[in-house]
Amino acid sequence: MVLAAADVSVGDELPPVSLRITRADLVRYAGASLDFNPIHWNERFAREVGLPGVIAHGMLTMGMAARIVTEWAGDPGAVVEYGVRFGRPVPVPDDDEGALVEVTGKVTKVLEDGTFKVNVTASFEGKSVLGGAFARVRLP
Amino acid sequence: MALDLSFVGRTYPAAEPYEVGREKIREFADAVGAGSAVHRDVEAARAAGYQDVIAPPTFATILSMKASDQLIGDPALGLDYSRVVHGDQSFVHHRPIRAGDRLSVVLHVDGITSRMGNDMVSLRAEITAEDGELVTTGRSTLVVRGEGA
Repeated sequence: MVLAAADVSVGDELPPVSLRITRADLVRYAGASLDFNPIHWNERFAREVGLPGVIAHGMLTMGMAARIVTEWAGDPGAVVEYGVRFGRPVPVPDDDEGALVEVTGKVTKVLEDGTFKVNVTASFEGKSVLGGAFARVRLP
Repeated sequence: MALDLSFVGRTYPAAEPYEVGREKIREFADAVGAGSAVHRDVEAARAAGYQDVIAPPTFATILSMKASDQLIGDPALGLDYSRVVHGDQSFVHHRPIRAGDRLSVVLHVDGITSRMGNDMVSLRAEITAEDGELVTTGRSTLVVRGEGA
């Protein structure tokens, strides 16, 4: 079901989303996005360049976090703008649990063109991993 | 440090168009956990008002990253790839990317600045359809860590 603009108010909080990112997700995303940077799948290489281990693609965290907005809006095509800054990396351990990223969202503004601005946060172990993340959403 | 400022304003057009396939959209949607039927089912996409299945909001990274690689790999600029970090990314969708699109990308170098020993390269990828319609504008900053950083 697609959300109607009339049912949205500034201050509305979006249903939070929990993302679990495992090594399998990194491999799948590498193939889908064609981003084969070895820091996202090769532990030895990641450590050699000074990382704590394999880290998630920032674009994977960004892509997964978009769900909070697309699922709320009911139509992924409603997202007319989406932007993030990449903050801390998300290390993904070599186990079945993976890394847990918590995503929240809040409607902060109605813009002049009638679109809604939604501020998004994503945190790992209580610390922000996407800075200044926001989406602009056009609803019917 | 000290990248060649004359690169500001340069453009890098992609060699050939990118053909957006239904299976690639499904594969990408699976990879980012985008569950909507409009990424997978043509009938559902049409019922939602689209001509064909549409791509998730960050699908354009496939095109913009490839475009950025042209700059990163340009020997004249001399970027040290091992020191390059993706600082930020945004996409403005003038309309959703959809299966069947044949997209062309032109990468623009919008700025090069230095901050605290790091070089920041501002890039803009303009993605257009075959008929010239502007589909998506991707903006990103590449951070080139300085020797001491």
